[in-house]
Amino acid sequence: MQWEVVIGLEIHTQLTTQSKIFSGSSTTFGSEPNTQASLVDLGMPGVLPVLNQEAVHMAVKFGLAIDAEIGQHNVFARKNYFYPDLPKGYQISQMELPIVGKGHLDITLEDGTVKRIGVTRAHLEEDAGKSLHEDFNGLTGVDLNRAGTPLLEIVSEPDMRSAKEAVAYVKAMHALVRYLGICDGNMAEGSLRCDCNVSIRPKGQVEFGTRCEIKNVNSFRFIEKAINSEVARQIELIEDGGKVIQQTRLYDPNTNETRAMRSKEEANDYRYFPDPDLLPVVIEDAFLDTVRATLPELPPAKRERFQSQFGLSAYDASVLASSREQADYFEKVVGISGDAKLAANWTMVELGSLLNKLGVEIEQSPVSAEQLGGMLLRIKDNTISGKIAKMVFEAMANGEGNADEIIEARGLKQVTDSGAIEKVLDEVLAANAEQVEQYRAADEAKRGKMFGFFVGQAMKASRGKANPQQVNELLKSKLEG
Amino acid sequence: MHQMTLAEIARGLADKKFSSEELTRSLLARIAQLDPQLNSFITVTPELAIAQAQAADARRAAGETGALLGAPLAHKDLFCTQGVRTSCASRMLDNFTAPYDATVVSRLAQAGAVSLGKTNMDEFAMGSGNESSFYGAVKNPWNLDHVPGGSSGGSAAAVAARLLPVATGTDTGGSIRQPAAFTNLTGLKPTYGRVSRWGMIAYASSLDQAGTFARTAEDCALLLQGMAGFDPQDSTSIDEPVPDYSASLNGSLQGLRIGLPKEYFGAGLDPRIGDLIQQAVKELEKLGATVKEISLPNMQHAIPAYYVIAPAEASSNLSRFDGVRFGYRCENPHDLTDLYKRSRGEGFGIEVQRRIMVGAYALSAGYYDAYYLQAQKIRRLIKNDFMAAFHDVDVILGPTTPNPAWKIGAKNADPVAEYLEDVYTITANLAGLPGLSMPAGFVDGLPVGVQLLAPYFQEGRLLNVAHQYQQATDWHTRSPEGF
Repeated sequence: MQWEVVIGLEIHTQLTTQSKIFSGSSTTFGSEPNTQASLVDLGMPGVLPVLNQEAVHMAVKFGLAIDAEIGQHNVFARKNYFYPDLPKGYQISQMELPIVGKGHLDITLEDGTVKRIGVTRAHLEEDAGKSLHEDFNGLTGVDLNRAGTPLLEIVSEPDMRSAKEAVAYVKAMHALVRYLGICDGNMAEGSLRCDCNVSIRPKGQVEFGTRCEIKNVNSFRFIEKAINSEVARQIELIEDGGKVIQQTRLYDPNTNETRAMRSKEEANDYRYFPDPDLLPVVIEDAFLDTVRATLPELPPAKRERFQSQFGLSAYDASVLASSREQADYFEKVVGISGDAKLAANWTMVELGSLLNKLGVEIEQSPVSAEQLGGMLLRIKDNTISGKIAKMVFEAMANGEGNADEIIEARGLKQVTDSGAIEKVLDEVLAANAEQVEQYRAADEAKRGKMFGFFVGQAMKASRGKANPQQVNELLKSKLEG
Repeated sequence: MHQMTLAEIARGLADKKFSSEELTRSLLARIAQLDPQLNSFITVTPELAIAQAQAADARRAAGETGALLGAPLAHKDLFCTQGVRTSCASRMLDNFTAPYDATVVSRLAQAGAVSLGKTNMDEFAMGSGNESSFYGAVKNPWNLDHVPGGSSGGSAAAVAARLLPVATGTDTGGSIRQPAAFTNLTGLKPTYGRVSRWGMIAYASSLDQAGTFARTAEDCALLLQGMAGFDPQDSTSIDEPVPDYSASLNGSLQGLRIGLPKEYFGAGLDPRIGDLIQQAVKELEKLGATVKEISLPNMQHAIPAYYVIAPAEASSNLSRFDGVRFGYRCENPHDLTDLYKRSRGEGFGIEVQRRIMVGAYALSAGYYDAYYLQAQKIRRLIKNDFMAAFHDVDVILGPTTPNPAWKIGAKNADPVAEYLEDVYTITANLAGLPGLSMPAGFVDGLPVGVQLLAPYFQEGRLLNVAHQYQQATDWHTRSPEGF
């Protein structure tokens, strides 16, 4: 039987507000346990929540970016359940009236086609604390620093049909929230977490199969692997005559398997009801306009502009626009060097592989956009060749200064004085008299191959500094003249 | 000294007839002597009180003035008081020392009020007789065999017994007005949102409101002045200017339109109370008021709606008492579920557990629409009834309670019988309106209260009517024998 995979995702993004969603505590990651937990975060008797307007601003910004309806009348609800890292015994969330309604996000598939993924809703809620099960001799420690961190939970439609599509969607969402500056996207620190709802159905069937939810998958790679392993499990189960039971499952990267956490029957009845401590939040058109004015240029618009303004290929434009930081870097380099093609190549190829090697993001690049742009200027004005530029780039990466300093210090300035070049060529030809004879005796095709040998020797003798074009011309006239 | 009202104390302190420290020491001695009969305090804080009194005296010596500067009071034991046990009259919080002050507490402290301690109450404010306290029932100073009302029974008994001139309380379904009626006091529940709930341990968040106990409306005005106002820490508090309540006391009642809801005078009302209410109406007519019968047709649904909404909110509000971070924790829990079950099972009393279960049930999947949503609809209808009524009248008047204070233990077997005693007070909470109870006479030696309700933020009007009435009557000046 041919199976079709159906995937819907819930992405939890921690919003980068200065303080928590209902208290004034800081949201900085990695502080000593419970040092960023106020009376409100501890759920002390008598405390009350006060909504952080910045969180609302960010949620609305997101909603506008995915072309969604923004809930005018927002209600916060209590989701009731007991857990030690949930201090109040309920999580303040949104149930019936979320802040972001139906919207959509376009993803580019591997074959280059664009697919539109529906976003059902996105709602604001508070994060829970963390239970720490190690280091306490059989007891559990509770760290409430994270409790109350604002989350925007983004729920997609079940529109994805493969693990690859799911990953493309998460990547696009990841890029978007970073573009908007509302989430740092740090998956390792849990700033962006993903629950995957996976089901299968015979190809052609309209009804959905029974789904399982894989909780908390925290990297692009694991999302793909977790979904694929869950799909394989479901197919095997059904083909063996079994039935998929609606379950919450956990993915174990060590075994590359998902295992059951709890079934639907064991699920909590959360007893949602409107939180009487918070009044409904009414979003007025004027507020929407204010937020709209803060929207940055988003990836699709940026891709198009990179093509039309800079003449980049669709591929280059989409790579460069994939993150706001990279796009900004690239545009800065263009601004300095005045050469978009050169800037695109260097940003994508040399810088890309350097960052890859170092395992850092472009924000932490050891070579700044100003440095790279400055170096490209020296390529353009023939001070250095492309080959020397690679040396200069490496030196910049090692912190040896900017391009001009390095060129000066290392004496890498290109030699364009034809007298000096001729002198080098004469030496090279004299030292290789035999090859010169052979060259002169050879036919056109053979000559072409041998010519490279002389160029190589000449560049070597000039320690790469001779202007390659001049070397070519002068060499040709000397050999053939 | 203990017979003085807050207004008289303010004048005495201003005229330097006595110091706050002298007054405080005298009242502390009186509490030590008389409270064992009443059990109105859970915690008395003599050292703190004397220190606050000395500080108030020093402020006055430095030239500061103010009606509350050096004035003694006590707080219902659900207002968080930094460094002082805040128990909610529950075993659950018997060991809980609040790490911060409620806004009500800090505002009154800033005004120079001297807190003598924390008063007894129904556990987590759930009850109408102050019998559900972990620290034992409170006795009514008018008859020690009877309840003082609840849930703010300790504050009521203490003020009625002249242990204090005034005290704070909270009112979720009548918890200020009903005990005020049962103990011959003036009790004011302000508009929902008038007084901050920050630091007030929640029973039912959408209904809870802090208010005042005093012997006179004049004193309620002084105390409310120190409590009311917007608080950015409470999203449900309302940013509405606070008028000068004392200035509102002296207006004439000429032309005041009083509405008598016919539903308040039907079956279930002790006819002797009905007669006393009619007498109060006559007094007000003499003062120039006109009277009109009105109808609040949805009042009959108020108790069922209240006993869905309040327990629903309570079931969630009380989830934080889980034995993990503060409060009671059972001995040797063998796992997490055991920790929760036994900590809560042992820490909460029977009435609290009953309401948590009722509330959790009402919010459950499949029942939510039938109970909680339905109750919210009733709530809206009740509010609409009031809005319509206030088109034609300035205040609504009726009995505060259908019966006088019952004997301690008389309603223990039947919680619903106790719930029904809140029939006249609950509607104001559901609608969020201000309400006041004032003394209107006695039945079998037990006090009877008359309730006044007004439109939103018209606390001044309620105090005005009550003050004018108290200028013409002397019920409120009667004190219980032995106190």
